[in-house]
Amino acid sequence: MKKWANIEHRLVPCLFLAALLLVWQAVVESGLIARYILPSPQDVVIALVEILPVLKGHIMVTLQEALAGFGIAILLAIVLAVVMDNVPLVKKALYPLIIISQTVPIIALAPLFGMWFGYYMLPKIIVVVLVCFFPIVISLLHGLGSADKDMLNLLKSMGASRLQVFRLVKFPASMVNFFSGLRIAATYSIMGAVIGEWLGGTAGLGLYMLRAKHSYALDRVFATILVIVLFSMAVFQVISLMQYLLMPWQRKMQNDK
Amino acid sequence: MSSYRKNREKLVVKDLRKSFDDLLVVDGVSLKLGEHEFVSLIGPSGSGKSTIFNIIAGLLSPDDGKVIIEGEDYTGRTGRVSYMYQKDLLLPWKKVIDNVCLPLVISGRSWPEARRQVQKYFPLFGLEGFEDRYPFQLSGGMRQRAALMRTYMFSSDIILLDEPFGGLDAITKSKMQDWLLEVLNKLQASILFITHDIEEAIFLSDRIYVLSGRPASVKDEVIIDLPKPRTKDLITSREFNAIKRYILDIL
Repeated sequence: MKKWANIEHRLVPCLFLAALLLVWQAVVESGLIARYILPSPQDVVIALVEILPVLKGHIMVTLQEALAGFGIAILLAIVLAVVMDNVPLVKKALYPLIIISQTVPIIALAPLFGMWFGYYMLPKIIVVVLVCFFPIVISLLHGLGSADKDMLNLLKSMGASRLQVFRLVKFPASMVNFFSGLRIAATYSIMGAVIGEWLGGTAGLGLYMLRAKHSYALDRVFATILVIVLFSMAVFQVISLMQYLLMPWQRKMQNDK
Repeated sequence: MSSYRKNREKLVVKDLRKSFDDLLVVDGVSLKLGEHEFVSLIGPSGSGKSTIFNIIAGLLSPDDGKVIIEGEDYTGRTGRVSYMYQKDLLLPWKKVIDNVCLPLVISGRSWPEARRQVQKYFPLFGLEGFEDRYPFQLSGGMRQRAALMRTYMFSSDIILLDEPFGGLDAITKSKMQDWLLEVLNKLQASILFITHDIEEAIFLSDRIYVLSGRPASVKDEVIIDLPKPRTKDLITSREFNAIKRYILDIL
């Protein structure tokens, strides 16, 4: 029964997606919508195969920007969350600023980054860091605060130092939250890089899409979107796999349910 | 005769007083715990029993009064007595053996060394073969035994148990009580035990302090002179019921 539920779990979204694509294909085939307005799924796949040799270089650029930005965001978020968790004054001072920083439209800022930091990778990496940083910091901060008070007391009654309490209880206790933040940030990372490129750059998937759009090659735009989606999902999966490997106690708990 | 008169005092608590925000919680509580003695604190829930334990463990400082362990003043100092809560508080991310190692690692030993040291106690605590499991893979009773084992690893001479069996079902609880009596013979520890189960207190203890409702103060001290080793037959005996009646009347 459980096995069937599992299969069903995966089959349903796949079938739904297939049905959606079929309808899309049928609508375009029937001529209801002109191909240059909306290419069919088939056109998109053909375009993808066609442009793949050219796209490779752009993919590499975007991936580098996304991963560099994601990595920097993780490091920055860990340092900041740990400091904020340990020094209440810093938390009080920074927390509202971090929230406010997220209300600034990145789309308006990104072109300025071009002016300030040039048109190569740096401004894109900064966009990625800005986009990814927030969910990680907030989730980690929440996780660090969620450790069981009695568990902290128990460790204290054993005479544990602050560092030991942090290492043995607080940090592991925050891992679940940390990883949910990471997964959100992971999906944002590629998109962040693409936005950065879209608003001014010399290479990358964003720039390629912009050019394809200007030449009304919508099949290529869609093909590039497909690539972006696939890579975003891949980063997401890598994070999920890391969580699976690093948190064996969670893994077994989920299986029990 | 109870054993405590023969033995020296391990722990003396003198005139503890503690209030939180003007609310008096502990009002002049004095206790004694002799070597290898099992002493229970019994009283209504919310009467400040856990506060007394937190003070003895050094997690809280009393407004007034002293905690003296083996003649030395330990008021407000952590790290001397071991303390076990009703919740097992095993770290879910550590295997059973590493949970048990925790107090040794905190006091500065390396993980491999600590693991070697605790290994030999697993059969005694009925956890042999479960060293590499995670806590969620154990039953409630096993988890409490693992928690007690960790408690024992921290300080083997004075152990505070705060309703350790409170979260277990009646059958498991009864089994754990038998097991605890058996194991205590081998551990040679002095135990202070919180419960609001009168039968449990009588069955396990050498002595019982009956506490009042908030603010907690000692209403009476009852010496349990029932023969040892104790078995569950005792619970239906006349002497047992007489003590139970007596304590119920005080409460």
